[in-house]
Amino acid sequence: MTVHQLSIFIENKSGTLVKVLKLLKGEGIQLIASTIADTAEYGICRIICSEPERAYEILKKAGVAVSLCEVFALSLDDVPGRAADAIEIFAKEGISIAYLYSFLLNGKGVLIFRTDNAEKAAEAIKAARLSVIAEKDLSKLL
Amino acid sequence: MIWNKTNECMSEDERRSLQGKRLHKVVDHVYHNVPFYRNALQEVDITPGDINDIEDITKLPFTVKQNLRDNYPFGLQAVPQSEIIRVHASSGTTGNPTIVGYTRSDIAVWSECMSRCLTSYGVGRNDIFSVAYGYGLFTGGLGVHYGVENMGASVLPVSTGNTEKHIRLLKDLGVTGIACTPSYALHLAETMESMGIVKDKIKLRTGVFGAEPWTENMRHEIEERLGVKAYNLYGLSEIMGPCVSYECECQNGSHINEDHFYPEIIDPVTLKPLPDGQVGELVFTTLTKEGMPMLRYRTRDLCSITRGKCSCGRTSVRMGKILGRSDDMLIIRGINVFPSQVESVILGMPECAPRFLLIVDRINNLDTLTVQVEVRQEYFAQGFDTFEPIMELEKKIAARLKSVLSISARVQVKAPNTLDRSEGKSIFVIDNRILK
Repeated sequence: MTVHQLSIFIENKSGTLVKVLKLLKGEGIQLIASTIADTAEYGICRIICSEPERAYEILKKAGVAVSLCEVFALSLDDVPGRAADAIEIFAKEGISIAYLYSFLLNGKGVLIFRTDNAEKAAEAIKAARLSVIAEKDLSKLL
Repeated sequence: MIWNKTNECMSEDERRSLQGKRLHKVVDHVYHNVPFYRNALQEVDITPGDINDIEDITKLPFTVKQNLRDNYPFGLQAVPQSEIIRVHASSGTTGNPTIVGYTRSDIAVWSECMSRCLTSYGVGRNDIFSVAYGYGLFTGGLGVHYGVENMGASVLPVSTGNTEKHIRLLKDLGVTGIACTPSYALHLAETMESMGIVKDKIKLRTGVFGAEPWTENMRHEIEERLGVKAYNLYGLSEIMGPCVSYECECQNGSHINEDHFYPEIIDPVTLKPLPDGQVGELVFTTLTKEGMPMLRYRTRDLCSITRGKCSCGRTSVRMGKILGRSDDMLIIRGINVFPSQVESVILGMPECAPRFLLIVDRINNLDTLTVQVEVRQEYFAQGFDTFEPIMELEKKIAARLKSVLSISARVQVKAPNTLDRSEGKSIFVIDNRILK
């Protein structure tokens, strides 16, 4: 039900992000989606990519402040209102979204997010019969 | 064991009375024989007759390193050259070297104090003791050497260098004690290992280390690799040389030979004495020295002192570990802050790497302190994904800093390997305040 995401602690300084991306480039790892959340001093770069476990090891070896975590990935039809419908399910259960980002992949909308209660969220997804994306399918879509 | 029970274990009253008498004598001595001190005392309107008790010491002016340089070479000498039997010189990396002349009585006091140190470390007449401090102008080699001879053990004056020959002698002669710098001790251990000599092949059991800062980790490493019990020895050539203070078997601070070297802890800015237990600058007055006495000499070393009888039986005051130099001190919102205090907080937190930066600013006439600290990579690997744990960590570090520094600091967590590592220094301070 979840996919792997790299979370990287980076400083708000030019050159820090490119260093990370170049490491992945050098190893032939492809980005599927990425986003940066920031405060005044630092940010967290979140990346969905091909071969996330290998990518994690590469970054770790290079001394990057990285962790490999699991996030939910839902596939939605690319029509207005689908994201609202999906999120409403969690709201009704009292589950908060910690962060969320979305992208289009082969004509499908993909929602990536973390909640404050992974177990409850998983149950809600099952009960509502939402369409989840498995990690291997994400790569296949490339 | 205790070398001189009378002086090392005397009651507080007895010692203070002795110190008072000696202080009067030394002030009288320099007043009449050293123009520099006479001027300094006249400046504050003090004559030797005003100094009768040890409490009167606070009336005396301070002496600093620059005074020694300005009076190079013999300006602070208090006796005619005919009375001087030895001269040591410190390495002067900046300016004139420091020249210290000793009378026969000074060498005897030094040897006596050094004997107290060695006896405290468990060295006895049957020991063979290797002195691997440099012999020469530096006080380390000859200072320890005379102490070993005076207390009756056999001294092996190996000095520095020729490590392989030294190791061979340690092994063949069954040497039981050694004095050297802690870094040389580790070099010795390395060389021994590369020669294929295991520590069981040597009989060393007592290690005496000083003359440079060393940590508890170094102590453990030396003890483990050389098979010795490692003791601290403190001294400075301006005051005498090695022998000023020494650890006993309790290793709960270093006992100061305070019947000869009277210690005070002062605030390095206000120059006012600080209560026992508080960290400040260590100041020494030599109470018996003839050749070049020192009145309230500011060592620049930061530590605290503790009074009261030690479990070893000694009653002399103990000084804590040297925490840094007063030259490194910052004054932030009127509070004295030492980078070493920040370091101690950070070393105590497993999340943090031992690398940090202090940034001091003045914003709207208010001093601010920002502490940037690198967090270890392993900390992030443990499932870090949102800002909360970072902020929590910053709060945790800030709370600990506040309890140690008594002022609030803004903490910024930095990614691993992002703080400047030039020159291999681990402490950095950037003071952006422009003071009018």
